[in-house]
Amino acid sequence: MITKRIIPCLDVKNGRVVKGVNFEGLNDVSDPVSLAKYYSDNGADELVFYDITASFEGRQLFTEILTEVASKIFIPLTVGGGINTLEDFDRVLKCGADKVSVNSGAIKNPDLIEAAAKKYGDQCVVLSADIKRVDGKFTVFSKGGRENTGMEAIECIKRCVNNGAGEVVVNSIDTDGVKQGFDLQMLEAVCNAVKVPVIASGGAGNINHFTELFNHVPRVSAGLAASIFHFGEVKISDLKNTLSSNNITVRK
Amino acid sequence: MTAVVDYGVGNLFSLCSSLKAIGAEATVTGDPEVIKKADRIILPGVGAFEDAAKKLRDSGIDSVIIEQAKAGVPLMGICLGMQLLFEESYEYGRHIGLGLIQGKVVGMKDRIPEELDIPHMGWNALKFHKASPLFKYINEGDCVYFVHSYFADQCEGSLIASAEYGIDLTAAVQENNVFGCQFHPEKSGEVGLKILKAFCEEGKK
Repeated sequence: MITKRIIPCLDVKNGRVVKGVNFEGLNDVSDPVSLAKYYSDNGADELVFYDITASFEGRQLFTEILTEVASKIFIPLTVGGGINTLEDFDRVLKCGADKVSVNSGAIKNPDLIEAAAKKYGDQCVVLSADIKRVDGKFTVFSKGGRENTGMEAIECIKRCVNNGAGEVVVNSIDTDGVKQGFDLQMLEAVCNAVKVPVIASGGAGNINHFTELFNHVPRVSAGLAASIFHFGEVKISDLKNTLSSNNITVRK
Repeated sequence: MTAVVDYGVGNLFSLCSSLKAIGAEATVTGDPEVIKKADRIILPGVGAFEDAAKKLRDSGIDSVIIEQAKAGVPLMGICLGMQLLFEESYEYGRHIGLGLIQGKVVGMKDRIPEELDIPHMGWNALKFHKASPLFKYINEGDCVYFVHSYFADQCEGSLIASAEYGIDLTAAVQENNVFGCQFHPEKSGEVGLKILKAFCEEGKK
């Protein structure tokens, strides 16, 4: 049986992991390579690297780091941030990324998803959608959640999947950072609308939130989180043991 | 030396890094003469069957691979590279493969339960069907990473491992010195490295 995936997300700025943390046995917590290795050794099923650098130099540095990570860590790597053209896809894939995440901003440009899916295959294109309820309607936001695109989320996601997105990350702005659990209602709505793997993001505050996620929305393929892993609040090995004892299949 | 066949299909970065990590001497090449001299051959690949099969034929690599495999040189196909080892594929029409392993490649749609996503993407456990030198360093139940929408069917004779996804999907095959993995050993952590190591210890039969 396919296992539920646990995915830590690392934000990288100027070559360093933002929100660095203190782990036993890990000296440099903001070094992307050490942290990626730590997660990989401790049971992460996949890693997401998010490039939050704006400058050209920072971007160069990011690709160098990505190359180093990819040459040492042999689990799937997804890269996001600053992906606006096919050249951006090419740049990160050459450095060893397996999947490229296109964010809400690029939803406005469905041609990018279509062209990338054609060139690299659907499995390579991940749609990352930032969604917030506006007047009770799921609405797509861009620019890291600051700008309301006015687009209805479910229809928009369906369109992107039809254009070739092979996986969807649903990041609920409503639950993000609140640590009260994933947005089960939103995830259910997206899972019912598409036939590709859906990754839950935003809201994880403890281990039970993951159990609740996979029990209530069994179609969800993976849970993604950043701070609870980075700050050591949740150890992936403990999380997987709990999931396993709740009859949720995970890789050990 | 292990030849990693480069025929313009897919990204070889991770595979080469993995081979380096296990200390295997590998050369990425699209040159039939270099492939001919290799002690073993890895045929990678992602993308569409038709396009990949055409590239193999147009470059003349297909006949070298068939010739070497028949001469006993260990060959391993990965993902689409595994599917290419079969007789034929029904991915968007009917296309002819290398014919080194009996069976055909078919779509998952209408074969797996409706509620399951396609592609079959993620980590799934291996169920062994036959002993294989490929598995000498791993155990039944170990998880490996899959990404595929088509699978090899009617290959009971060569089936060495499957993965359960509503039905038993072909995960690995072996016919004497010809091996195939539907999953990505180069993305399957320690388990994947152990499979690559086992293959790189195979010699000409």
